[in-house]
Amino acid sequence: MKLSEIERVLGAKVFCGGDRLDEEALSACGSDLMSDVLAFVKDQAVMLTGLVNQQVVRTAEMMDMKCIVFVRGKAPDESIVNLARGYGLVVMSTEYTMYVACGLLYSNGLGNT
Amino acid sequence: MEPFKLEFAIDGEDFHSAGEASSETKKALKKLGIPADTIRRVSICMYEGEMNMVLHANGGAVTVEVGEDAIAIALADSGPGIPDIGAALSEGFSTATNEIRELGFGAGMGLPNMKKYCDEMDIQTELGVGTTVTMKINL
Repeated sequence: MKLSEIERVLGAKVFCGGDRLDEEALSACGSDLMSDVLAFVKDQAVMLTGLVNQQVVRTAEMMDMKCIVFVRGKAPDESIVNLARGYGLVVMSTEYTMYVACGLLYSNGLGNT
Repeated sequence: MEPFKLEFAIDGEDFHSAGEASSETKKALKKLGIPADTIRRVSICMYEGEMNMVLHANGGAVTVEVGEDAIAIALADSGPGIPDIGAALSEGFSTATNEIRELGFGAGMGLPNMKKYCDEMDIQTELGVGTTVTMKINL
């Protein structure tokens, strides 16, 4: 699924990386625990999370992810967006809850392979 | 490959900059042409170690050495020490405070993750003196 499709399905607002929405994501994960994200290396390109701090960005970078989606309408502050921009990450925010956002992406074809 | 060494002082007071050393290491390893899978393993091991130092031990020092056959990471702190290494290595065991959990860490996965992604790990710890974790990731 293209990142632009993720943006569309989730009705998301893009904070940075708008020029990279053409990139493909083959799998995603949803978690508020960064150590859990670090525990399962599966080439997830997208992380959905309700946690908003710089360690989310660092975790995504360590895992070579492409995109972070903050759920429940949480907005990252400038320091988070700047850090993500420096790593070339796409950052979005959706009003949907974690459960619904994950469900929508999964049912639209973004699996966990 | 020429031997290559990186050294970092980890600030125990600054949660937000935690991970900077891991990030710089990742960048340096990329430049050296280390395979992406290996870089990711080093990154996870070092990042978890760095977070442990910041969250539990008030910072410390990290050394990364790239040798012929392996990348060695040494994390040394002067923190409280680990009372029960066996428990600390069990997934889900954590002494983290709620404050740490609210930051997305403290799930009891730090040391287990480090052990999982490195090829060799050694922990030397003394209560009230500090802990040194060394890890080796084969090339």
